[in-house]
Amino acid sequence: MNMKASGKLQEILSKGEFAVTAECGPPRGANSEIVRKKGELLKGYVDAVNVTDNQTAIVRMSSIAACTHLLQMGLEPVMQMVTRDRNRIALQSDIMGAYSLGITNILCLSGDHQSFGSQPDALNVFDIDSMNLIRTVQTMREQGKDMSGFELKGPPAMFIGAAANPFADPFEYRVIRLAKKIDAGADFIQTQCIYNIDRFKEWIKMAREEGLTEKVHILGGVTPLKSAGMAKFMNNKVAGMDVPESLIKRIAGVPKEEAVKEGLKICQETIAQLREIKGVHGIHIMAIEWEEIVGEIVEEAGLLPRP
Amino acid sequence: MIVGEQKPISEIKEIIAPYKKILILGCGTCVKTCFAGGEDEVAVLASALRLACKKDGKEIEIEEFTVERQCEDEFIREGAPAISRNEGVLSLACGAGVQALARRFVKIPILPGVNTTFIGVLEKQGVFTEECSGCGDCMLAIFGGICPFTRCAKKLLNGPCGGSQNGKCEVNPETDCAWQLIIERLKILGQMDNLRAYVPPKNWQTGLSGGPRKLVREDHII
Repeated sequence: MNMKASGKLQEILSKGEFAVTAECGPPRGANSEIVRKKGELLKGYVDAVNVTDNQTAIVRMSSIAACTHLLQMGLEPVMQMVTRDRNRIALQSDIMGAYSLGITNILCLSGDHQSFGSQPDALNVFDIDSMNLIRTVQTMREQGKDMSGFELKGPPAMFIGAAANPFADPFEYRVIRLAKKIDAGADFIQTQCIYNIDRFKEWIKMAREEGLTEKVHILGGVTPLKSAGMAKFMNNKVAGMDVPESLIKRIAGVPKEEAVKEGLKICQETIAQLREIKGVHGIHIMAIEWEEIVGEIVEEAGLLPRP
Repeated sequence: MIVGEQKPISEIKEIIAPYKKILILGCGTCVKTCFAGGEDEVAVLASALRLACKKDGKEIEIEEFTVERQCEDEFIREGAPAISRNEGVLSLACGAGVQALARRFVKIPILPGVNTTFIGVLEKQGVFTEECSGCGDCMLAIFGGICPFTRCAKKLLNGPCGGSQNGKCEVNPETDCAWQLIIERLKILGQMDNLRAYVPPKNWQTGLSGGPRKLVREDHII
């Protein structure tokens, strides 16, 4: 079979071009206009848009639905899918449903724990983990079969993404985990927000040495900081985030009204460095609820026009 | 062992409110070890309830008794006379004990006085930790003797999530990251290769997903 999805993101990455993706968080409601507005802000500036799946365990419009709204606007979505809320039956069904709607990219995640969300009393599922989900999507594409081995009529052929966090512990295991995700079927990786570029370099060096950067497309995650408060919050309160003290000091050192500008400057410096690193094939801009800045970041970085 | 915790006295008062004559029945095995339902706890709870009811102006007769194990008929039998002469029984056993009593004494309400919490170990005096979820398909051999299904908040089988920092779990900074422990242990054992291998989806059929389980030991059935 060996069918592969043929989206723009895959095409750009397989040509060896530098990819740009961004993120769109669906609204806490059923208003599709909100999704379209976010889509408008991103259109033309990025190759694909990640649509989160009830991120931070807060109930929102489903990723599949929001992806579909973006598709209708001519944007290419990356459907994020977490294993927190659905068992393997629902996951596989939604993958097939999504593909039938024209969604060709998926990002396989475990998901934020429900205790961080608005409904901590919910039952979590975690029937399978993100590694198992990657393998499931790959088996559907490569063998045309579901998890039971049943031959599917029109198997979904998704371009498969996974996440990596070079800043979480234990550090020495992070590359082993990356290798496992690639073996399981990941075609591309989107990383956690990069602020500690030295640690990122160390991680990707280890990945290069294992030959992993030849097997997978790594997109470095960036999130522009808006204030010293935000930098501190991300460092102290967001699990798995590493904002070096020097960066916090730098943004705290400028007048308040200059902080946003300084944050964007830091973001540009990070992007410039990422483009120089062997094995980095693109960037993933996570401007949370600040989609209007994405175009400016991409333009400023000299990454326009998009292919 | 099965670890449990006595319900708050306010809840127990509500549960026993309809009755004037109750038996507090302790269990001398697991819940005794975790200070939730042994003979001593029965005595303390009985005194506290008598006092509380007196304060509320409620008349109640409370009898105390403890059997070795409430989950076995052989031991339950010892409590039969006391059970039969009361309007209700407040059991300080785990949920299995409560149900074993309810099965045996159908006409007497059997009420739970303990919240059964988990299968765990005594980490140190007064501290109990959950270690096993009774999944019916033990994989501790490959995980260095540390169970990720039970001890990882996301039941991850293939390594730590992105929220593991400084050896702690993102869900509760006081909880050790199970995966950090697994990795440390496998390093000591020289079995890090176990972590390179893909662990396929777990078969939950042997767990509670397959419905309530029953173990039949033909070789022991007379």
